[in-house]
Amino acid sequence: MDFEFLEGCEAIAEAAVRAGCRFFAGYPITPQTEVPEYMSRRMPEVGGIFLQGESEIAAINMVYGAGASGVYAMTSSSSIGIALKTEGISYLAAARIPAVILNFQRGGPGIGNITASQSDYWQCVKGPGSGGHRCMVFSPSTIQECVDIMGMAFEKAFRDRNPVFVLLDGSIGNIKEPVKLPDMKPVPDKDAFDWCLSGCEGRAPRQLLPILPEDPSKFAEHATEMYARWQKEDVLVAEDLPDDAEVIVTAYGTAGRIAGACVKRLRKEGLKIGMIRPLTVSPFPIASFRKLDAGSTRLIIDVEMAKPAQMVEDVRLAVNGRIRVEALEIPGGIIPTDEDVYEGITGIIKGVNENGA
Amino acid sequence: MELEYVYKRPSAISSEADGYCPGCLHSTANRIIAEVLDEMDAVGRTIAVFPVGCAVLSAGYFLTDMTIAAHGRAPAVACAIKRCRPDRLVFTYQGDGDLAAIGMCETIHTANRGENITVIFINNSIFGMTGGQMAPTTLIGQASTTGGPSRNPDEVGYPFKMCELINQLEAPKYIARFALDSVPHIREAKKGIKRAFSIQMNGGGYSFVELISNCSTNWKTTPLKSLKFMREKMIPYYPLGEFRKPEEEE
Amino acid sequence: MFLINIDFQKCKACGYCIQVCPNKVLAAGSELNEKGYAVTIPERLDKCVGCSMCATVCPEAAIEILKSKTTPQERNAR
Repeated sequence: MDFEFLEGCEAIAEAAVRAGCRFFAGYPITPQTEVPEYMSRRMPEVGGIFLQGESEIAAINMVYGAGASGVYAMTSSSSIGIALKTEGISYLAAARIPAVILNFQRGGPGIGNITASQSDYWQCVKGPGSGGHRCMVFSPSTIQECVDIMGMAFEKAFRDRNPVFVLLDGSIGNIKEPVKLPDMKPVPDKDAFDWCLSGCEGRAPRQLLPILPEDPSKFAEHATEMYARWQKEDVLVAEDLPDDAEVIVTAYGTAGRIAGACVKRLRKEGLKIGMIRPLTVSPFPIASFRKLDAGSTRLIIDVEMAKPAQMVEDVRLAVNGRIRVEALEIPGGIIPTDEDVYEGITGIIKGVNENGA
Repeated sequence: MELEYVYKRPSAISSEADGYCPGCLHSTANRIIAEVLDEMDAVGRTIAVFPVGCAVLSAGYFLTDMTIAAHGRAPAVACAIKRCRPDRLVFTYQGDGDLAAIGMCETIHTANRGENITVIFINNSIFGMTGGQMAPTTLIGQASTTGGPSRNPDEVGYPFKMCELINQLEAPKYIARFALDSVPHIREAKKGIKRAFSIQMNGGGYSFVELISNCSTNWKTTPLKSLKFMREKMIPYYPLGEFRKPEEEE
Repeated sequence: MFLINIDFQKCKACGYCIQVCPNKVLAAGSELNEKGYAVTIPERLDKCVGCSMCATVCPEAAIEILKSKTTPQERNAR
């Protein structure tokens, strides 16, 4: 198939359709409104359902109903809209109903601004709702990575019966670039799922209840086991790790893209530098950091469009004090240039060299 | 001696069903819904959506497919289920706090879209599960733990009349209010529920059935005295009847 | 001839059925069930006309009413 020149929001929406998504509910919020707009046109064409919710809360609950019916369902929003959806996301996790949720991060807190940001890593990775549950969170950097991930996002959501996030930002949603869309996949038979609600004719009634069972440890045990399995089986990461790397840059999403360009430039300039770019931030690529040789690697620089940086906490946990970790923090709502990041990284390296460990 | 049933417990209700207080008319509402499902032979085609509040206890009553929605969100969940499975009978079962306070937005918008579902609304004029707080439907002068010994409309406004409110919208097809205090009222309520479900299964559109109920526990009275309160205070403020029904039904 | 089955464990002794019965068939009992309710009893079953009003008002669906099937011969004999 040929490359097409597509906007991020539309490419991601189309990739979801091709993955089998046949239900979309959303609510307008910049910078992702193009997703519901696209879905409102596209869903009727493929026999799917589009609903504009009366709020983000209604939209996530519509997705709850569609997922409970065994349909590949998706919603999309941005930071503050996701904050409203967290109630429903917590219920999805508790009732074990699958769904895919796009989060196009914008600057915050509050109304903040509508520019790209990474200040909602904690929201998606650490606290996607009350009750201490986790979601799988994909963190693509390019539109191509986004469209390649959509099929996987639905598959994992339905495999685990758990909500899945795709963590994006206003930049990735609104830029245009050449992208190769995946082929149209057949829509899964909703009656093939042996847990979904369809009416109990000829079988025992099914209940999808967001309530802890009589023995509350049952849900906790199931969830903990699932999260551990993700760590073993579902980590996606782009590694560029030369054996002798002294400095490792780590970043995801748009920051990962900009930082990646800087790493290439610094390597050309003779610096022994590598990069770890998580494509899933939940599960976090712990092993990529654990395997770093503390003898040769003396510094890890985490680059984020968030101040204070957020992912850096997971980097530090993975490194566990073996290697020095510094963060280049660009406040959310500002898209840094290559030059900004280049100067930031070289500045940190210079500072460490001058002041020592 | 060969025996036959004059009245038999509906098969749609679990033998384990329990949870409501003695004399709570939630149980009566469940029973008549179950009778209707039995009579329509619809148990195997039904998907029920329960809310948060006392009404969630009904999740333990019905032998149908079901889920529980977040507080107030049952209509949003139900309309999506119905759109994904249009040949199923989908109903929500919600109390007054759920439907008319936290869920007012979903209630009105789902009705306004004319979603082909049935909303069953239990109005007992108080928050039951949390212990008697003021509800959107608490009567003027009625006591509650957050509205004082007497609801004062100058401070907290007037009780919502949900049927009348929904009756302002174009899309709904059936809007009715019944009470569960007496044999004739219970029989009418059952007929109304059956009518609502039939409209839905014929693709007719949105139906809303309000059932005036009681809460002797939080009204701080006995079950029998709660029926008296319903008749003397609630029904005069919340008039019974079918506010709207399809033309062919008239 | 009617039979009123009151599910001993389901009855919560709310008293609705006792009040609604036109022939005062039902009465408050003294025996407590597992939940501690004094289960209602069909004290004067001979007065029951099978109107089912007690079952209609019973929230717990604890009341079932049966009647003996009359054979054609029995019907002719009347």
